[in-house]
Amino acid sequence: MATEKTNKINLDQVRHIALLARLELTADEEQRMLGDLEQMLEYVDKLNELDTAAVEPTAQVGDIGAAMRDDVVATCDDPQSILANAPDAREQMFKVPKIIE
Amino acid sequence: MSASSEKYEAVIGLEVHAQLLTRSKIFCGCSTEFGAPPNTHVCPVCCGMPGVLPVFNRRVLELAIRMGLAAHCTIAPRSIFDRKNYFYPDLPKGYQISQYETPLCKGGYIELPGDGDNGGPTRIRLVRIHLEEDAGKNIHAPDCSLVDFNRSGVPLTEIVSEPDIRTPEQAGAYLRELRSMLRYLEVSDGNMEEGSFRCDANVSVRPRGSDSLGVKTEVKNMNSFRHVEHAIAYEIERQIELLEAGERVVQETRLWDPDRGVTRPMRSKEYAHDYRYFPEPDLPPLIVPPDLVEQIRIAMPELPAARRARYTSEMGLTPYEANVLTQEREIADYFEAVLPGLKNRKAAANWVMTEVLRVVNESGRGVAQSVPAPAEVGSLLKMVEDGAISLNAAKTAFAAMCKSGKNAKATVSELGLLQVSDEAAIAAACDEVICAEPAKVAEYRGGRDKLFGFFVGQVMKAMGGKANPKIINEVLRRKLAAS
Amino acid sequence: MATDSFRLTITEARELLRKRELSAVELTRACLDRIDAVEPLLNSFITVCADEALAQAREADRRLAKGGAPPLCGIPLAIKDIYATRGVRTTCASKILENFVPTYDATVIARLRAEGAVFVGKANLDEFAMGSSTENSAFGPTRNPYDTQRVAGGSSGGSAAAVAADQCLGSLGTDTGGSIREPASFCGVVGIKPTYSRVSRFGIVAYASSLDQVGPFGKTVRDCAIMLRSLAGADPADSTCSTRPVPDYEAALSGEVKGMRIGVPKEFFVEGMQADVENAVRAAIAHYQSAGARVVEVSLPHTQYAVAAYYLIATAEASANLERYDGIRYGVRVEADNLLDLYRKTRARGFGAEVKRRIMLGTFALSTGYYDAYYLKAQKVRTLIKRDFDQAFACCDLIATPTAPTTAFRLGEKMSDPLQMYLSDIFTISVNLAGLPGLALPCGYDAEGMPIGLQLIGPAFGEEIILRAGDAYERSGVLTRKPAVV
Repeated sequence: MATEKTNKINLDQVRHIALLARLELTADEEQRMLGDLEQMLEYVDKLNELDTAAVEPTAQVGDIGAAMRDDVVATCDDPQSILANAPDAREQMFKVPKIIE
Repeated sequence: MSASSEKYEAVIGLEVHAQLLTRSKIFCGCSTEFGAPPNTHVCPVCCGMPGVLPVFNRRVLELAIRMGLAAHCTIAPRSIFDRKNYFYPDLPKGYQISQYETPLCKGGYIELPGDGDNGGPTRIRLVRIHLEEDAGKNIHAPDCSLVDFNRSGVPLTEIVSEPDIRTPEQAGAYLRELRSMLRYLEVSDGNMEEGSFRCDANVSVRPRGSDSLGVKTEVKNMNSFRHVEHAIAYEIERQIELLEAGERVVQETRLWDPDRGVTRPMRSKEYAHDYRYFPEPDLPPLIVPPDLVEQIRIAMPELPAARRARYTSEMGLTPYEANVLTQEREIADYFEAVLPGLKNRKAAANWVMTEVLRVVNESGRGVAQSVPAPAEVGSLLKMVEDGAISLNAAKTAFAAMCKSGKNAKATVSELGLLQVSDEAAIAAACDEVICAEPAKVAEYRGGRDKLFGFFVGQVMKAMGGKANPKIINEVLRRKLAAS
Repeated sequence: MATDSFRLTITEARELLRKRELSAVELTRACLDRIDAVEPLLNSFITVCADEALAQAREADRRLAKGGAPPLCGIPLAIKDIYATRGVRTTCASKILENFVPTYDATVIARLRAEGAVFVGKANLDEFAMGSSTENSAFGPTRNPYDTQRVAGGSSGGSAAAVAADQCLGSLGTDTGGSIREPASFCGVVGIKPTYSRVSRFGIVAYASSLDQVGPFGKTVRDCAIMLRSLAGADPADSTCSTRPVPDYEAALSGEVKGMRIGVPKEFFVEGMQADVENAVRAAIAHYQSAGARVVEVSLPHTQYAVAAYYLIATAEASANLERYDGIRYGVRVEADNLLDLYRKTRARGFGAEVKRRIMLGTFALSTGYYDAYYLKAQKVRTLIKRDFDQAFACCDLIATPTAPTTAFRLGEKMSDPLQMYLSDIFTISVNLAGLPGLALPCGYDAEGMPIGLQLIGPAFGEEIILRAGDAYERSGVLTRKPAVV
């Protein structure tokens, strides 16, 4: 198992990334994640064998046109159904803990 | 301005979000209509249900290009959408579809009207105009927050200025001009109360003459032009006080509290913000068809800046008058429709600025709903020009027309406002007055010029107040001079 | 006939249904009985839709009786549980969606419904299609019908196993890095990943949007051709979907390979691959040669970088695609007294270990200071990989390779080593990066009787040529199909 001494990523970064991703990790999970990420980052390092300075990135493939839709209102047939799967709702709205701005 | 603020100069950049006037949302067919009951203009796409995909509304592109051309931007023939990632209850997908590295419009500028004293117009450069979707709305109840997604997916343009603005007043002028342009172009209704025109300000201060930038704060939650000006003014003073006290400005987001008239830091704990933009794989690149830009350019209406220039140079109006008349396209159009057949454009301008705008503003409704058709006001003013009615009579007639909806001719005759311009009749009345007041005539002729007004009054009285005062003047002068 | 009609191919059943020698209800019942019988051994399904399926079958019989019914009318199919199905729970094999019932259908589901297809159930998968063995399912792993101690492959393992074990006549999967082809190979069935943009993705729960593609599993190449024709085509709800007309793929199955130039990339015969796999694939290539095809050596020099590029791009996209699972609008929620904890606890409870791992890697690859070094770099390497294929297709019509370096491995064998698991997709991943069509079909069995898969890769929108080549191989009878033991 990787330790905190590894060079691609450290435990603080794992915690920071977990916060960005809104994942609560236990101390054990943090350690395991550190090891797994370290292994993957070591592996993907092989990409640096390639000189890509003059290469354009590819974000999409296939036969992608420029499809657009017309500005036409399509009324939702059953707005109630949007809350059908809601874990908590009130007054036709989704309920969450009080947000502090 | 305090002595310390003389030492400093503010550097202000504004980010404006304007809702585009489409019927349906940017990536789905839900209605954009304001004020519907919560979560009724929603569908799986704008609620971020699993597996759904966005499809771009072509009208959004046309409207944004219109604004881009009006602001002298470069329109990118190919731009892409990006995902901006952050978690918030009103953001259903956990990312906002926006544009990051390749905005639809780049560069450009907005020209602010000159105030006549400082000379010509001021240019505020733009960084970019890009497209994005709006988020939903969090409504705060005492014990929880509730989320309504009616706004989610409403199309927005974000218009980002360079930090070229120096004063709160200039920020206000910039916003008024921007809003005016958006409304002229029918790109946005610019309604601040309904949230279709929102502004955030980046504010920093620096010693006057310095060309480096100070630490900036971002000020949010300003719901009117006045709030923007007050909030910026407050923020400038606050930063100057900090610097003067030897403290540092902290880079942060602050909320304007209009009740207390202060800005305060956002209370929410600053979670690490890292938007992790990357290209949106669910949408094809935004390709602007080459002929589309030309089509839009050809169909562009005349914009406020061009109208202002025309009003000052061709009509001889002052910059102030031109600015007042052009702020709303409806008013400027009205003004121009009043003009045909009139010689005195300045008088027409004054009439529209005072009489028409007063009624429009008091009514709180549109021009068409509150004042008579411009041609009727034109014919009223023509009667004034021709001496058929007095200016006061015209005002009386106008007020009546606003209520009754009747035309100018009918109103003037109904109210008996036509004035007598028949010189013979006026001469007869003058003769009567001169005969009746021999002592006063003698005094006048002896040098008491002030008595002239008395004679005019008597003649007017004799004619029931309806004589043309200009003609009375001429005839009286002649007759009193002759002995 | 009716009792073991579940063993029919779609092509065979279509004839019997049309002639009314078999009813859709009989056929559906046969499949449902078969599911009852073997499901305890396999776990191919997360949800079996017996009542709905029989209702669909009855409706199909009415249409079939009238004549002129579409090709898939009355055909029992399994649907990977990552397709939104209106009114039927759609879990993505994740705890976070264990109770989610969509109010909408995926476009391809709506199309199949309109054709009168019968959906027997929602098939098991790796959670959110992240995996190569279907062991990452919150509903337990799917077992291989040839040996229940082995994996079915993944992520569409349930869809592959269900077809291999005759629980249905065909099925739908998705393929992001090999998730149709690898399980097809492991389970001895046929699967095709079409060209990216050939089939609508609307209603398919996204894993990695620029790579995900929908495709069918069948018992034969012809069955896949029939299904693909029904799936493919433009969709106003998916603006990344191609508007090209859809060919009649079945009509392309001429059985002829004479003059076809088959490229064999040397980079796909690597050290460490199972000898039986290499032998079987080389034998299949030799068969093509003997049938009149020309074999040309081609090079895809950047193949060895594909897995690395893929795991950066796919996880980056996934990290964003999975942000919507926040416990607010649907799915499992862990209550908390503040928003941050609600997010963190909900997602910690709702996602499995592999999903978390990929979210973390993807979030890292996009984060400030690392974007250029990881995500952007991977996108550039994607360009190089795509270019490799462009160059190769300048001198061949299709490319033949193994589908996976090994046959199905044992349950648990790779669970402790994510990287080893990722490397089982080494031959399929580059095809997704380049957006090309890939067909996997059985070409033999290893010493332990496990199926081996041949992969045929076509140029963009070259589905017809790889289907023709696959069908020709199947027809030649060089391979005697060995039925699954279950």
